[in-house]
Amino acid sequence: MAAGGTKSWLGAPLLRPRVAFFELTSCGGCQLQVLNHEGTLLDFLSLVEVTDFREAMTERSHEYDIAFVEGCVSRSDEVARLRQIRRNARTLVALGSCACFGGVPRMKNRFPDPGLLAREIYGEYPMATETVRALDEIVPVDLKVHGCPFPKEELEKVVLHIALGKAIETPRHPICFECKANGNVCLFDLGELCLGPVTRGGCSAWCPGNRFGCWGCRGPADDANLDSLRAIAKEHGFSGEDLADRLECFGGFTPREAPEPSPRRKSRKRGTR
Amino acid sequence: MKVAGTIEVHHLTRVEGHGNIRIRVKDGRLREARWEVVETPRFFEALLRGKRYDVAPWITGRICGICSIGHTLASIRAVENAFGFDPPEQTRNLRLLLKHAETLQSHVLHLYFLAAPDFLGVGSVFPLIETHPDAVRRAARLKLLANDLCDLVGGRRMHPTRTVVGGFTLLPKKRELAGFRERLIAALPDLSATVDLFRSFPVPDFSRETEFVSLLGDGGYPFIGGRLVSSDGVIRPESGYLEMTNERVVAHSTAKWCRLSRESFAVGPLARVNNNFSFLLPEAKVLAESLGLSPVRHNPFLAHAARLAECLHVTLESVALIDGLLSTDFGEPRRTVTPREGKGVAAVEVPRGILYHAYEFDRDGRIVMADCVIPTGQNHGNIQADLESLAREMAAEGKQDAEIERLAQMLVRAYDPCISCSVH
Repeated sequence: MAAGGTKSWLGAPLLRPRVAFFELTSCGGCQLQVLNHEGTLLDFLSLVEVTDFREAMTERSHEYDIAFVEGCVSRSDEVARLRQIRRNARTLVALGSCACFGGVPRMKNRFPDPGLLAREIYGEYPMATETVRALDEIVPVDLKVHGCPFPKEELEKVVLHIALGKAIETPRHPICFECKANGNVCLFDLGELCLGPVTRGGCSAWCPGNRFGCWGCRGPADDANLDSLRAIAKEHGFSGEDLADRLECFGGFTPREAPEPSPRRKSRKRGTR
Repeated sequence: MKVAGTIEVHHLTRVEGHGNIRIRVKDGRLREARWEVVETPRFFEALLRGKRYDVAPWITGRICGICSIGHTLASIRAVENAFGFDPPEQTRNLRLLLKHAETLQSHVLHLYFLAAPDFLGVGSVFPLIETHPDAVRRAARLKLLANDLCDLVGGRRMHPTRTVVGGFTLLPKKRELAGFRERLIAALPDLSATVDLFRSFPVPDFSRETEFVSLLGDGGYPFIGGRLVSSDGVIRPESGYLEMTNERVVAHSTAKWCRLSRESFAVGPLARVNNNFSFLLPEAKVLAESLGLSPVRHNPFLAHAARLAECLHVTLESVALIDGLLSTDFGEPRRTVTPREGKGVAAVEVPRGILYHAYEFDRDGRIVMADCVIPTGQNHGNIQADLESLAREMAAEGKQDAEIERLAQMLVRAYDPCISCSVH
């Protein structure tokens, strides 16, 4: 796919990485988000060469530098697909909360037997399903774009930095910092439960800014102080159960099982284009 | 070109989620045509069990990234119905405005990004950036307008943040609403250019008599709540959705299928226009008729015409809704809703058809039972029946494999299936 000609930076032509988008168990929203932000969509597309994007294009290819994978893994065929994508891609990006830590589907793991669940919903035709896992519980992941959904600007920044060869930094601070900086009234003071004090920043306090308490869709910030959050929540009349219920929703605060050993990635030279 | 008789489309492109098409033809006769749904299930109904009522709209929105607003609104309505809460007019109008913005966004995405490439002989919208730059920019402008309106009313275009049981956490500023009134009117030439583009595309000549299911209009073209109707004459209250859908599990599909008076039925824009044509705004009616859509029509490819008519309808009605909102003083954004034991059902017309959410709560407002019946789930049986019929006709006419494959893919896309959603 060619769009908008080659871009240059300080006079030198930019490397246009070949990118591919894939989805495992998910809602398709992360890929839709890629097509959102229409004001900069054409510029965004001119930075990359899209070689595989099933939801938007018919052409398919195994030739790509960067694979963006949306969704979690919840069936054995997805494990095989993910391993294949890992083998093909130089860089594997976990796109969105399901890919980063299981997301909403991870709530399924609170039921001990996924097979029983499948029988309950599908009766005589029980469907194959497994415990939900994040991508990095199966293969090494190079980058994570957090959020349900992630802000498109975050993805644009990742792609731009790859094209420019700049370092990519994931915010380490909690959302609370951004919310305060934006001058919002604290959701706790408005009588709402909020996970902003422990959730990884980078969304500019998207939900609290809309007067809606944070649900932790971006997972824990570095050094998240859950004990302190418990104390704040208790002080504002929320029970431990209320808090636990909310922490469970997007999978980022749920303990993981030990990741299975992954085959070591072969180092490889940059191929000719 | 060849007539080998075996067509396999693994993971159909330009649709949401994973589905396969398999067709086998021998000696001009159709041996098998199959629409397979292979998406991985997420078990949403089970995930919700034991959760508090306010979790339902927030989490069920994640059933679908494309129609998250529709899911959120259906979920909220089901919760409010269960608790006996009737939202005030301001809330109802803002929700409808948000719904309209989603409909416009989704239809524009489908028409330009998913459907148009087939008619223009390309694999995606991407090559059109070079060959049809005006059309792509127009698509981006329309989609941006619709998405911006979603942001304004719902807080966010995907997985909205302001929509809660009882109303909204925040209201849009009137000044901003007034700005959108102007932008919507300014978008009318873009809509009309979209119609011209699609008018230049030949509509494949295929029909199969179909039962159509939708909400039943009551003074207006229906989107949120009301009675349920089928073109075969079945009418049920909103709470009677189970008798309208009759979900069943079938082999080769991770989504459940539905039926009513016949083996299958269709929901979606074509079903809505067929069942509620008289309630479309006059301009949208004229548009539908000019595109060959004078109800009742049984050609599934006319869904594109129905989408175009709905784009115009929701744009004009959004202007009227904004006028109404601007002419009154805003009341409180949100009212207190008291949980109680009981059951609530909601039916909402989302871009791909009628969507049902139903919940049963204990007296603390925790979910005892959840059930979601998805438009694409209701359409799967009809896609299968259409696919068989189309493939049979084309096989009898001795069509080449490539031609059968092309039209079979276009047929499935005409339903704009949202497969992850249908499996959930």
